[in-house]
Amino acid sequence: MRFSFSPGFFGGATGPMQAAVVHRLATGGANGKRLGLANLGSRGGGREGLGGARPGAGKAGAGGGGGAVGPGSACSRACAGPRGCASRSRTPSGVSPPQPGAVKEQLETSRREMIGLQERDRQLQCKNRNLHQLLKNEKDEVQKLQNIIASRATQYNHDMKRKEREYNKLKERLHQLVMNKKDKKIAMEVLNYVGRADGKRGSWRTGKTEARNEDEMYKILLNDYEYRQKQILMENAELKKVLQQMKKEMISLLSPQKQKPRERADDSTGTVISDIEEDAGELSRESIWDLSCETVREQLTNSIRKQWRILKSHVEKLDNQVSKVHLEGFNDEDVISRQDHEQETEKLELEIQQCKEMIKTQQQLLQQQLATACDDDTTSLLRDCYLLEEKERLKEEWSLFKEQKKNFEKERRSFTEAAIRLGLERKAFEEERASWLKQQFLNMTTFDHQNSENVKLFSAFSGSSDRDTPTLHSRSRQKKPHGVPSGSPVCMSKLTKSLPASPSTSDFCQTRSCASEHSSINVLNITTEETKPNQVGRECTNQKWSMSSRPGSQEGCYSGCSLAYTNSHVEKDDLP
Amino acid sequence: MNFSELFKLSSLLCKFSPDGKYLASCVQYRLVVRDANTLQILQLYTCLDQIQHLEWSADSLFILCALYKRGLVQVWSLEQPEWHCKIDEGSAGLVASCWSPDGRHILNTTEFHLRITVWSLCTKSVSYIKYPKACQQGITFTRDGRYLALAERRDCRDYVSIFVCSDWQLLRHFDTDTQDLAGIEWAPNGCVLAVWDSCLEYKVLLYSLDGRLLSAFCAYEWSLGIKSVAWSPSSQFLAIGSYDGKVRILNHVTWKMITEFGHPATVNNPKIVVYKEAEKSPPLGHLACPPPRVAAGPLTSSESKYEIASMPVSLQTLKPAADRANPRIGIGALAFSPDNYFLATRNDSVPNAVWIWDIRKLRPLAVLEQLCTVRAFQWGPQQPRLAICTGGSKVYLWSPAGCVSVQVPGEGDFQVLSLCWHPSGDSLALLSKDHFCLCFLEMEESMRMAFGQRGDCT
Repeated sequence: MRFSFSPGFFGGATGPMQAAVVHRLATGGANGKRLGLANLGSRGGGREGLGGARPGAGKAGAGGGGGAVGPGSACSRACAGPRGCASRSRTPSGVSPPQPGAVKEQLETSRREMIGLQERDRQLQCKNRNLHQLLKNEKDEVQKLQNIIASRATQYNHDMKRKEREYNKLKERLHQLVMNKKDKKIAMEVLNYVGRADGKRGSWRTGKTEARNEDEMYKILLNDYEYRQKQILMENAELKKVLQQMKKEMISLLSPQKQKPRERADDSTGTVISDIEEDAGELSRESIWDLSCETVREQLTNSIRKQWRILKSHVEKLDNQVSKVHLEGFNDEDVISRQDHEQETEKLELEIQQCKEMIKTQQQLLQQQLATACDDDTTSLLRDCYLLEEKERLKEEWSLFKEQKKNFEKERRSFTEAAIRLGLERKAFEEERASWLKQQFLNMTTFDHQNSENVKLFSAFSGSSDRDTPTLHSRSRQKKPHGVPSGSPVCMSKLTKSLPASPSTSDFCQTRSCASEHSSINVLNITTEETKPNQVGRECTNQKWSMSSRPGSQEGCYSGCSLAYTNSHVEKDDLP
Repeated sequence: MNFSELFKLSSLLCKFSPDGKYLASCVQYRLVVRDANTLQILQLYTCLDQIQHLEWSADSLFILCALYKRGLVQVWSLEQPEWHCKIDEGSAGLVASCWSPDGRHILNTTEFHLRITVWSLCTKSVSYIKYPKACQQGITFTRDGRYLALAERRDCRDYVSIFVCSDWQLLRHFDTDTQDLAGIEWAPNGCVLAVWDSCLEYKVLLYSLDGRLLSAFCAYEWSLGIKSVAWSPSSQFLAIGSYDGKVRILNHVTWKMITEFGHPATVNNPKIVVYKEAEKSPPLGHLACPPPRVAAGPLTSSESKYEIASMPVSLQTLKPAADRANPRIGIGALAFSPDNYFLATRNDSVPNAVWIWDIRKLRPLAVLEQLCTVRAFQWGPQQPRLAICTGGSKVYLWSPAGCVSVQVPGEGDFQVLSLCWHPSGDSLALLSKDHFCLCFLEMEESMRMAFGQRGDCT
């Protein structure tokens, strides 16, 4: 029954699809009419669409008629629908060229596929029917076997009863025979009768004793029930106590959040809380709880339940918030993460590198110190260690300065070029002037007085210009080195990038030396832990160390810079 | 741990008196009564034939010896050695005999369960109870000795009669809804009677003292049902062992099942401690030729110890023969410890193992896998100590602190087939086919230490 319904469902699903196809076909036709050329293609598409839709429809019909259909066939049918749809949608877009042959082929293949699927469907149905039959047979078999067992059991019981009756008859007979013979043997020989264990004498059996026995029995039962009731009461009291305690704790737990739920939640929580408060007032009279009456119980359980619900909702809310926060957090991080992550990893890598170096140097230091436990050697060792570090740093600076040098050279080249250009221009100008003067001279031989004045003027001009250009050059040259530290942007950015911790090289130098000092102190601390009283000596070495480190750094600066730059740098360095 | 010398014994008849002062044992037709501490012979009684059953009266004053072959019961008094009493059931025959709780009446069951004769030692009166049912456990007295419940069979129906022991008056008589009643057992508080059906049907019925049906329990149908039943000493739990290898525990408030203890052949619960008995490797001299072991026989006197097996442990299982009646499957024995905290069980298809369950937590606690089939186990009456015997020359003790394997000293083979605790729990009688000895457990400090250690002690 259930399976016969599902094909109908699939049929229904394919129905609208078919309608859509028809609609598309109509629009495709319109397009074709308008374009003329696309007509064939659109029709082909339409046909194909119909072909694609038909299997679905046909199968839906077949499935409907088929009765019990396995889920496998239903699935295949569902697959057939979208495939048809996809092939259909291709044609109206006009991407594939209209080829009736190919379409026909496709139609053929889909038809074949359809037939194949139908065949498979049929086979599966067959299999299913067979399995159903088998299941039914098995069930019948089980039923039969159960019936057999039951009938055998009844037969067995019946036979047993018959035999037992016979056996009882025999027993009765035997009893009569054995007992009624006045068997002399059945007797008890006893020296003398002993007293009862309780010391009392036996009493005659009368109605009174019977009643007494009954009474006693009920007494025993009553005692037992009383005992059990007591136990249960005790247990109840304990549980009530626990409940009460729980309630109190819940109240105390929920009261700080009283405002929040009141703001948001409906009035039920408010009433609950007021209930709680009322109850709390009542709770002081403990005697209430000793009355195990219905109402008290109900009250207690209800209030506990309500509070529990509040607590639960609160916890759920909290959970939701937490999950929300988590989600949001993840989203935010997702947005930034690429950059942040990379930056962070770069930073961390750098740090790791630094730390590694530090560790290496420390290790070396340690080893060397261990090897030569002499105090004098330590300074040299420290210097060695420092030099290693310094070398690394200088390398960096070297590259920096190289770059700067390159820049300077570029600038100088541009300046010389400009100078050459200027010279050429001046040459051209002078030539022009010469020609112009010549012309002037030839044309205006009459104005002698004026001419002489002009010549003077021009010569004065040319002389001043000649004198001016070198000064300009020198000024620009003087300016250049000052300009670099104050802010050629390329240089600065490079500096900051490569040495993010220090804004200027001098600062950098200081921090480095500081760091190295620090490290040396650390190392010394470690190594001289056992010889701690020698504090003065250690300070001494520290001083030595700082002394020795200074010239090294300056040296490095010297080697890396052009003269003018380094001079200023050294001055700067000496300032602090 | 000290052992006494070996004493002669027959038919595994050796019992401590309820007050713990005496020890009665039988050798053929002689009854020997010893002091339980010094083991000096106090009295010697001679019966008419081989003694087949021995029972102390509740007040430890009389001893009953049943000679089933002759249909005779002989009673002896400890206070008056010259006092004697002989009960002859004559041609009716005798299959069972027991004391009533007051120690002044003897209940004799005749052959074919024709009737139960109640003989009094105080008066000449004799009572008869007709139609007793021949079943696994048809007679049960309440712990306080007030009432007797008796299973009966009349007109192919099961009945239970409740008698007042003081005057043998019938108090209640009711039919039970069972196909073929197999056993009855009073709860220790004497207010509830558990009645269970034969193994063909899983059915437990619980009756109040006044005959009302309190509850019925059926775990499953069709396959073989109940094999063993035990009340907890507090009357709080009823443990039911069945042929499906499970123990089900009912509670006393709702009489519904609380839990179900399965006995899987492979243990992989890390919370269970599996003590595996292992033979101690023989000393170096004997390494060349390992001691020849008799097939299926008990171990020769090689030492053994417990090892804690690592999980998972697969226990040795017996394949039950499907074509035989009374298959060796299911929970054949179960017993609560006197403090209610532990339950010991044995699954008959895993005959070498004893399971110990924690009743407070309702979960398995330990499994003891022995090298031989577990013959008997019994809880110590005062402390939760379980004594186990496997028919070998060792006795095994388990306590929550651990377990030990103790070799019974003495020449030759002493195969412990059964054991019984002294009421104080300080000593233990170990019974073999024809000897017995006492094992004193008063523990010295060193022993206590060894007991405290887990597993690796001998």
